[in-house]
Amino acid sequence: MQEVINLLFVGVGGQGSLLIAELTSLAAVQAGFDVKQTEVHGVSQRGGSVETHVRFGARVHSPIITPGEARVVIALEKLEALRFAHFAHPQNGELLINDFEIVPSSVLNAAELYPYDAFDVLRSRGYSLTVLPASDTAHQLGDGRMANVVLLGALSTLLPIDAATWQKTLQMRIPPRYLAGNGSAFQAGQQFMADRQPAAT
Amino acid sequence: MSELLLGNQAIARGAWEAGVAFAAGYPGTPSTEIIETLAARFPDTHPRWSTNEKVAFEEGMGAAIGGLRVLVTMKHVGLNVAADAFMVFPYAGTNGGFLIVSADDPGMHSSQNEQDNRYLARMGKVPVLEPSDAQECRDFVLAAFELSEKFSTPVMLRTTTRLAHHKGLVQVGERTPIDQRPFEPDPKRFSVPIYRKLLRPRVEARLAQLQEYAETCPHNRIERPDGEIGVVTSGIAYQYVKEVLPQAAILRLGMTFPLPPRLLREFCERHSTVYLVEEGEPFIEEYMRSLGISNLGGKELFGVIGEYSPGRLRQSLALGDIPQPLTTGAPILPRPPMMCVGCGHRTVFSVLRQLKVIVAGDIGCYTMGALPPYEAEHTTFCMGASIGTAIGLERAGHDRVAAVIGDSTFIHAGIPALIDAVYNGSRLTLIILDNSATGMTGAQSNPAAGTNLFGEHTPRLDLARLVQAAGVEQVQVVDTWQRKQVFRAINQALAHPGPAVVIAQGPCQQLPEMKRRDIVPYVVEEELCTKCDACFRVWCPAIKRTEQGFPWIEAAECTACTVCAQVCPTDAIALRQPEQA
Ligand SMILES: Cc1ncc(C[n+]2csc(CCOP(=O)(O)OP(=O)(O)O)c2C)c(N)n1
Ligand code: SF4
Ligand code: SF4
Repeated sequence: MQEVINLLFVGVGGQGSLLIAELTSLAAVQAGFDVKQTEVHGVSQRGGSVETHVRFGARVHSPIITPGEARVVIALEKLEALRFAHFAHPQNGELLINDFEIVPSSVLNAAELYPYDAFDVLRSRGYSLTVLPASDTAHQLGDGRMANVVLLGALSTLLPIDAATWQKTLQMRIPPRYLAGNGSAFQAGQQFMADRQPAAT
Repeated sequence: MSELLLGNQAIARGAWEAGVAFAAGYPGTPSTEIIETLAARFPDTHPRWSTNEKVAFEEGMGAAIGGLRVLVTMKHVGLNVAADAFMVFPYAGTNGGFLIVSADDPGMHSSQNEQDNRYLARMGKVPVLEPSDAQECRDFVLAAFELSEKFSTPVMLRTTTRLAHHKGLVQVGERTPIDQRPFEPDPKRFSVPIYRKLLRPRVEARLAQLQEYAETCPHNRIERPDGEIGVVTSGIAYQYVKEVLPQAAILRLGMTFPLPPRLLREFCERHSTVYLVEEGEPFIEEYMRSLGISNLGGKELFGVIGEYSPGRLRQSLALGDIPQPLTTGAPILPRPPMMCVGCGHRTVFSVLRQLKVIVAGDIGCYTMGALPPYEAEHTTFCMGASIGTAIGLERAGHDRVAAVIGDSTFIHAGIPALIDAVYNGSRLTLIILDNSATGMTGAQSNPAAGTNLFGEHTPRLDLARLVQAAGVEQVQVVDTWQRKQVFRAINQALAHPGPAVVIAQGPCQQLPEMKRRDIVPYVVEEELCTKCDACFRVWCPAIKRTEQGFPWIEAAECTACTVCAQVCPTDAIALRQPEQA
């Protein structure tokens, strides 16, 4: 069976993880792949944890990814990276994480229970991670909300979809007045990956 | 041409292509996007939000008898509400094609129960189609209308959450013009109950014909017949089987009621082991066992509870371990959805928490009032249940009871119960959270909003007058963000010897006009703050704490609802721009 590429996008409702999952699906369609996507839905606008599965390849059956089979887990927030890390493939999987913390307000003492050391925990468990200052970068580019697109730019360097297809997809889906900003955010993510140290194993 | 579509969008697309000329539904996850897609992309199907599922079904019934092709949509529990009509319509049979989409929610992602509506279809003697992907969501809708008109029967399309809410590539077509069928009034068929006895045998005869159809219909197909292991499956679970058991012979049932006995028997005779993989209850399995088929592995392997997945199948069949969520020293903090920042329900629940009343709740965003930090909702069952439950709790001797219901839910199923409270002399205290929206399902319009599915203005339902007309003497309308008003009104209602209603008004934050607003956020002036923490007891997620222990408002999140400023005893929170801005 031909390889199916599994991508899991996670974050907090409102951060735009669904949008970059959708852009990825559309880019994969443009590139000629069969695609399935599913959001563990509900009420994402209300600050809950959000999880979107994207799978593409020659032929895709299930829209759901099995834990341990994701090529990349793209996390817009640290705690969510920890929650979903086990979806990454133990050998070929990696995590792309935005260095950003959102303390949940569900529990009263959440600020004390928040896993500030999540990256160390993940590394100690053998996960391969790339931590990006996507929110900071987006902020410098003028709008912190574009952190998702910074991550998308970084992700794009790991996928068999060419630059022209990504450009076309962004143009198709992003309203013209936001296109320039998002284009820079996308490039910043690509650049970060080009500059990064080879991942330590 | 192919498009990447949600299962629900594909259903809408199919309905449009099939020539649907009327569509009605009531919002409910995971069915909502069907009507929304029709409105956004295919308005010539004449879609609407009805006031509840029963009304939607009955409107559809009328339109179909009148000769149109009709689509009616609802979530699984919606069919309980529409069941009265659903069970009788098949006796008459339809004229124009009639399709009801029942969206089941295994895993209860956004529902109060798990319920497999194939049983209701069987009870109503209504044939069921179950697509397996987004493409079939479109294709089966087209097929359903053919089936419906050929056998003069309503047809159910049963979807599940994953099917409705996944996207896949869909090959689409164009709209077929369908001529309206003539309507001939026929009391023996449509109106006089005594004649139903004559119709009863016809229902059975039709079922027998449908069963014969199921034996050879294209929706039930065998793949890889030479595989050693056999699998019988339906719905999205078929995709999981393809992935986990790629070598197996598969009998994919696209029509799951009535079931084809010969096809099932023959398939099972050819394979020594047969797995039965169906999400939900053992609906197909029970039937197969009733045929005497015994070489089956079904629910005892895969389970009845929750949603299926490829991982779950693999584990059930002992085909390998699946990595589990990380365990760290501390449990991984949960992050459940919560009421929006500035949601008007927050004020009401902080007051209810303070008043320590028993709260009979209902279904909507306010259901989250049962969770921390409010923990001020003590029962939630089904739409409209708050009022009846409160009446009963009062009968059982609990005297400080309040019912809480949203505007949409009140209109859907609360009105008869309110009339009952007056009629039977209950003391009922009812709080109607009037946010001009059906919030939980995505801020859809409703009669109290004064807009319809297309955003056009409609006469606005006057809840206060409606409640007065029911005979409620004490009716108070308050601004839901005025905490003192809300507090006083609820207290007065509780003290009133007869039924009393508080209508707490303030638009849902998810309404487009609320999202579009320019918001000037509130700020904390640290010089004035005494760190008394009163503002923290408003439980607004936009209020955080600085390292020095002062409250601090996240400007991007604040909706300027004013509630924190109202409770601050030193006026340290105000609508002021920070100096440096
Ligand atoms: C019978 C039935 N139909 C539909 C639903 C889906 N549903 C859940 S909450 C809700 C509406 C809530 O609207 P409202 O009562 O106005 O409260 P809000 O969410 O706006 O606070 C709906 C339609 C359901 N649970 N049961
Ligand atoms: S969607 Fe509307 S009703 Fe629901 S929590 Fe948000 S503001 Fe409140
Ligand atoms: S910070 Fe205050 S004014 Fe702003 S949304 Fe929260 S409670 Fe309302």
